[in-house]
Amino acid sequence: MKEVAFFAGAIGALGGAIAVIGLRNPFYSVLALIVHLVSLAGLFLLLQAEFIAAAQIVVYAGAVMVLYVFVAAYVGNVDEPLWEPIPGQRFLAPLLGVALFTEIGIAIVGSGLKAIDSEGPTVKLGFGSPEQIGKLLLERFLVAFEAASLLLLIAAVGAVVLAVRREDENAGESAG
Amino acid sequence: MDTSWYLVLSALLFAVGFSGVLLRRSPLVILLCVELMLNAGNLALLAMSRSLGDQDGQVFALIVMVIAACEVVVGLGLIVAAYRRRMPLNVDDFRSLRG
Repeated sequence: MKEVAFFAGAIGALGGAIAVIGLRNPFYSVLALIVHLVSLAGLFLLLQAEFIAAAQIVVYAGAVMVLYVFVAAYVGNVDEPLWEPIPGQRFLAPLLGVALFTEIGIAIVGSGLKAIDSEGPTVKLGFGSPEQIGKLLLERFLVAFEAASLLLLIAAVGAVVLAVRREDENAGESAG
Repeated sequence: MDTSWYLVLSALLFAVGFSGVLLRRSPLVILLCVELMLNAGNLALLAMSRSLGDQDGQVFALIVMVIAACEVVVGLGLIVAAYRRRMPLNVDDFRSLRG
């Protein structure tokens, strides 16, 4: 049963990922990424990470993707020019991707870790539950938690500063 | 399922995202591909966390999600700013900082 769920999630995640880079319209790419994220959330559930799976759906597939959809709709369909700055980029890029996968694959298969050929130890009840994760975040990883919240604040302020409309832009609009 | 399956899947997703960054020229799609790579990293973190029976990896994954959210906010802000200034939305045209 677990195998079926794993392969269903893996096919969804991989298909979504390939659709993200394959589709020409950015709007469809965003929708494909949502498929990818939801499939990944299923895999996270298989890995006993309930809280992360829920956060993935709510925060990622929900909030962040809505932001993407808004920007994709605002910017509109951007035509990618057919000329290539580097000759053969279209063939070189997937080739480099395959090379990277081979390299990481060799590193995984060749690693001396015995644990990766098993499912892992039986974990106690409540592994990955919000209670346990919250306890870890507020006790052992308090500094990381506070740093992350500070970073979020800075990012929010930065986005407002970046996206605010200025006077000189209006001048540029009338000239252009 | 063995942990190695999850690790190989995560490597595959990372490679797909990596190819996407090299292949596509639209900054929006490049941001999406960076998301793919971050999520592949998350999958590996969670797989190892399950494999070791230790929840620290899950906290790491959560922090990675926060970083990804920050990156999205700033990246999309840049795209909107570039669009407002009537700049072409093509990463090959953003070369004024080139040495």
